[in-house]
Amino acid sequence: MQTLLRTPLFDRHVALGARLVPFAGWEMPVQYEGVIPEHLAVRRDCGVFDVSHMGEFEVEGPRAREYLQGLLSNDLDRIEPGKAQYTLLTNEDGGIVDDLIVYERARDRFLLIVNAANREADLAWLRDHELDGAEIRDVSDDYALLAVQGPRSLERLDLPEAPAFTFADGEFDGGACVVNRTGYTGELGVELLVPTADAGALWDRVVARGAVPCGLGARDTLRLEVCYPLHGNDIGPDTDAISAGLGWVCALDKEFTGASVLRAIKEEGPAQRLAAFVMEERAIPRQGMAFLGDDGEPVGVVTSGSHSPSLERGIGMGYVPTALAAPGTELTVDVRGRPRRGRVVKKPIYQREERNGG
Amino acid sequence: MAAESYPDDLLYHPGHDWARIDGDEATFGITWFAQDALGELVHYEAPEAGSSVAKDRTYSEVESVKAVSDVIAPLSGEILEVNAAVAEAPETVNADPYGEGWLVRVRLTEPGEAGSLMDAEAYRRHLAEQG
Repeated sequence: MQTLLRTPLFDRHVALGARLVPFAGWEMPVQYEGVIPEHLAVRRDCGVFDVSHMGEFEVEGPRAREYLQGLLSNDLDRIEPGKAQYTLLTNEDGGIVDDLIVYERARDRFLLIVNAANREADLAWLRDHELDGAEIRDVSDDYALLAVQGPRSLERLDLPEAPAFTFADGEFDGGACVVNRTGYTGELGVELLVPTADAGALWDRVVARGAVPCGLGARDTLRLEVCYPLHGNDIGPDTDAISAGLGWVCALDKEFTGASVLRAIKEEGPAQRLAAFVMEERAIPRQGMAFLGDDGEPVGVVTSGSHSPSLERGIGMGYVPTALAAPGTELTVDVRGRPRRGRVVKKPIYQREERNGG
Repeated sequence: MAAESYPDDLLYHPGHDWARIDGDEATFGITWFAQDALGELVHYEAPEAGSSVAKDRTYSEVESVKAVSDVIAPLSGEILEVNAAVAEAPETVNADPYGEGWLVRVRLTEPGEAGSLMDAEAYRRHLAEQG
């Protein structure tokens, strides 16, 4: 048995009575009070997630920009120092090695925050494509990351409004941290990056200001309601960005790994698409379930599925033939042998009345 | 959510299901331990009234946000009634697993099977041994 890694906040999770589960090699809280109350706290007020398991890489040097432009799908020239960008690390087939956020600290200095499960794969990929003049450092162990999310998150932390996908050095109740206006919930919010040694004190201050501790369970239902793909479920090395609906983060007018393949897929139109759907019958779709055609044969597969605490019904995402991907299309999910009706909907599945972004 | 309890008037199946026997009929449900392990229930895939259930076999499913669990029949019988209130509001099971949160009422076809179930004390021991 492999030993699971623990974040600097592990003892606090235990003290709060969290249910801990193995996730991507880490022992992480899946819930404290319960997935549903945590989910609703983020939708209505403010929640805090320990996401210190995520990986951080620094890329620095006179050719750092050129190097990343060749490996990442989005166009770094669309951002500037102090801004961040959602982007993909792609392979030669146009598949997705990882999805990540790149933070431009200076013209020649970047921070990449990547999925915990892909830290090793990403680092191997970056090193395999190394360029003189672009130094890569895995600084994951140096940092802890707290996501504070919800319509009242900035107010609760007394942080100034800032546009989504920006970041700045900030101070919060006497402790310094980097404040990123990013998140994975569809709500207003920030991700606070601090040196590992400062994590406990920061967590305590955030919780003292009324943020509800939230686990990975709520993180998953929140992101699914707003149709943010989860790498390993909805996207991966064998799925391409165009079929996944991530063409908007692929700058096909520049060169990057797999760009020509993605251009061809876009030109021809993808054979299948990642569709969002809502169940019309009482049933909860789960990852791996089949979509059934009129003849009862599988035509696609659910890649993420759950009960939606906001909509109080089954929701999901999955790949379906392009002809069946239009919003409004009826579909059938094979729920452990029982055919259950659902319908394709426009993304996101859940939308706040007034959009705060992030 | 209810506090942990295992009432003395029930019989228990190792699959974390309970039976309350009343003459040749019985009511089935899941134990406090089972609902706690699952978390807040959001779906009860109810069986049809009139269908048969066999001891140790799955007769329905309950689901939380993250998990699906088979529900095992502690005894054999024919389903007389399904708890529609739980189908409508599955979280009733979390609030009251031995009362309002019952799942089905059955007419027992093999009443002698009851001898193989555990009493509350044996079930508590079973839970302790599971660690």
